[in-house]
Amino acid sequence: MLALILRRLFYAAPIALGVSIVCFSLVYLAPGDPLQAVMPADVTPDMVEMIKHEYGFDKPIPVQYALWLWRALQGDFGLSIGSRRPVIVDVLGSLQNTLLLTSFAVPIAFVIGYSLGAIAGCFPGRWLDRIVTGFAVMGVSVPNYWLGIVMVIAFAVELSWLPATGMGPRGSDAFSIFSLDDLRYLVMPVFTLSMVPVGIIARSTRAAVAEIRGQDFVVTLRAKGLSEIAVIRHVLKNALPQVLAVMGLQFGYLMGGSILIETVFTWPGSGFLLAKAIINRDIPVLQGAILLLSLVFVATNLVVDLLQSAIDPRIRRA
Amino acid sequence: MQIAPSVSNPNRPRRLLRFLLGACALVGVSLSQAQAGGVLTVAMTAGDIPVTTGTPDQGFEGFRFVGWSLYDALVGWDLSKADKPSDIIPGLATSWSIDPNDHKRWIFKLRQGVKFHDGCAFNADDVVWNYARMTDNKSPQFFAQQFALNRGYMTNVANIEKVDDFTVAITTKFVESLFPYTMSYIPMVSRCRAEELKYDWNAFAMHPSGTGPYRFDRMIPRERLELVPNKDYWNPARVPHQDRMILIPMPEAATRVAALLSGQVNFVEAPPPDTIARLKSAGMQIVTNVYPHNWPFTLNFVKGPFTDLRVRQAANYALNRADFVELLGGLATEEYAQVPPFMPYYGKPVRYEFNAKKATELLKAAKCYPCEITLAISTSGSGQMQPLPMNDLLKSQMEEAGFKVNFKVMDWNAMLEIARGGVDKFPDIDGYNGSRALVDPVIAVIKPVAKAYWSPAGANWGHFYNADIEKLVADIFTEFDDAKRMALLTKLHEAENEQAIMIFVVHDVNPRALSPHVKGFVQSQHWFQDMTPISVE
Repeated sequence: MLALILRRLFYAAPIALGVSIVCFSLVYLAPGDPLQAVMPADVTPDMVEMIKHEYGFDKPIPVQYALWLWRALQGDFGLSIGSRRPVIVDVLGSLQNTLLLTSFAVPIAFVIGYSLGAIAGCFPGRWLDRIVTGFAVMGVSVPNYWLGIVMVIAFAVELSWLPATGMGPRGSDAFSIFSLDDLRYLVMPVFTLSMVPVGIIARSTRAAVAEIRGQDFVVTLRAKGLSEIAVIRHVLKNALPQVLAVMGLQFGYLMGGSILIETVFTWPGSGFLLAKAIINRDIPVLQGAILLLSLVFVATNLVVDLLQSAIDPRIRRA
Repeated sequence: MQIAPSVSNPNRPRRLLRFLLGACALVGVSLSQAQAGGVLTVAMTAGDIPVTTGTPDQGFEGFRFVGWSLYDALVGWDLSKADKPSDIIPGLATSWSIDPNDHKRWIFKLRQGVKFHDGCAFNADDVVWNYARMTDNKSPQFFAQQFALNRGYMTNVANIEKVDDFTVAITTKFVESLFPYTMSYIPMVSRCRAEELKYDWNAFAMHPSGTGPYRFDRMIPRERLELVPNKDYWNPARVPHQDRMILIPMPEAATRVAALLSGQVNFVEAPPPDTIARLKSAGMQIVTNVYPHNWPFTLNFVKGPFTDLRVRQAANYALNRADFVELLGGLATEEYAQVPPFMPYYGKPVRYEFNAKKATELLKAAKCYPCEITLAISTSGSGQMQPLPMNDLLKSQMEEAGFKVNFKVMDWNAMLEIARGGVDKFPDIDGYNGSRALVDPVIAVIKPVAKAYWSPAGANWGHFYNADIEKLVADIFTEFDDAKRMALLTKLHEAENEQAIMIFVVHDVNPRALSPHVKGFVQSQHWFQDMTPISVE
């Protein structure tokens, strides 16, 4: 197991380096000058050079990359062009807000998706299967930002049951998961965020369960006289590694892909930060946020691989 | 042992009751006093909280909510009236005058008895110090971000020197009679606070100190900024009436409207036109007013079809501006000139009333039929209103007249790069659609046409040049008599319209949506607004 962990970590290093090169260079491929947001209207060429020097953009790009990488390894991603705050402070702060959303959305999606998928897989072709499949297709097909807007109109504007935006009545630094008043702010973003993973996990579970139920060992279990419930327990346990892999990917997608939901709900997470950084051409924030989110994705996949190995001895032996 | 009987005082329960009632009344009164002004919660269109270290970013919205809440400039704006255009008034300077011996030297008398929020007194040393903060990169207080944000306003400032504790002399690079307007955009921040924080501007951002009507209370970066009244403000008439003002960046328009309807905020900037009916039916106040804004196309005078006056005139005749106003649900006025009609130097400019037939004739006379043009437009941006549907309409109307319109669609920052780069860098762009804040005459009618402001050095993007207009500008800058100068400005405005220097489309009317509990707001004819008279029931 230790060898497996070390091997996976060894593979992750070049992936992380490749990610850093891609995300550093991506923002320079976009049209426009990164210092547009802070250049005055009548800037002269010598002022441009002065501003670029102050912001560190006067060096050749490979040198900028090397310096940026060296500082990034020490946790320093520079200062935001817009706010002049340390990027790492903004990115980590926003990441923890997104993590809060995701850590509610993923388990909810898993429990609902896995349960629905299991039911559908146990009754393939029957009306239960059709209902669950229809629900799963809706989950992956309905644009989640549209769903978010509809929920805001219904539950915040018309019914006044839930707040429309924000992270708590006093902002994120006063947010507490032990406060019911604060938790109300989580309901709609979490529900909206979990819809797509519910659909994907339900479909994956259904496929896995249906496939495993047809295998020889299941026939053997029934022949040995096990109750149907006990057989289903074995089937579900065997389906779990595949579903875990899907869930791990979903966790990574939700961490990096919540940009639209966070914008609709003005949730101060990494997605909202990315959206504003894109609009404002805040390159240091873009670089720092994309790199850290990518590393979270790589780390999540690594953890899922290891979990799968822990659960499924066949993977360990392979 | 005798146990003393419990003496029951028949009056005790009544006295206790009176005491309790009195205590309740006191608590009630103090509570009601504390909440008399209420909490004003504003949803801004800005994507982030404007910087709090002096001149804000996020355009004039940053000045509106943060800059002029925390800080003052030497020159202020009268934002108290809704029925006449705003103009400059004394701020931290009580008066200003030109040195009769040197028309490039202005003497500003400073207001005495003003204190920063940290208790330090304001004087001439602070003005000189602030100037170095924005211009002298050798000074310890120099801050590159503030240099960049202020540069456009400091173009004509050569030097600022102290004359005595409450007098400064500002020397300009060239004679400019309208110079005082420049000093209305430059906030004064506290030297004491900056020195206390050892010029750590990140720390200053979290502990700003100015002379403004609001004090900083709390900020969660990217989420909210909370300001409280400055009870010691130097202008007692402008001590805020509300107990607290909370500013929340909410760039998504639908989210702003939802937040207002659900009661999370009570003051919303720029609700979309198609939500107005819903907001009104929910009892919200919709406030609009004319203000110095235009939504034009700035043109290329070096290369391309718009070098011909007839083509420029044709573009203006091609537009049915009433259709634009209808598209925007009435939240605009038709634009026929650089500035809106309420401006004092509007005069009697040529009106290019819709006439598609005349537009076609002009194009044919200019031998540009069909007339292919490339226009840069944005998907959003400060003051850009609804750029995509508006430009769809513009294209259809211009093509009916004989133009062939190609759009280069881009985001706002890419558009700003075109605006700053100028025609030399973007010769193939025949015009770009950038809204303009016409807050003072220099910005409104001088910078777009004078040679001194040819891009990239200034806002004359397309390198417009006309000898008569150039002479008019020179006369305006050297005319210190207000009435004579106003006549010259009017003549300049009319001359620019004769030259059809832009494609004029609409003026915005600055819509805002307020909760019915918000009282006292007076929407001035300006990009800045005074938030201090507002109270919330």
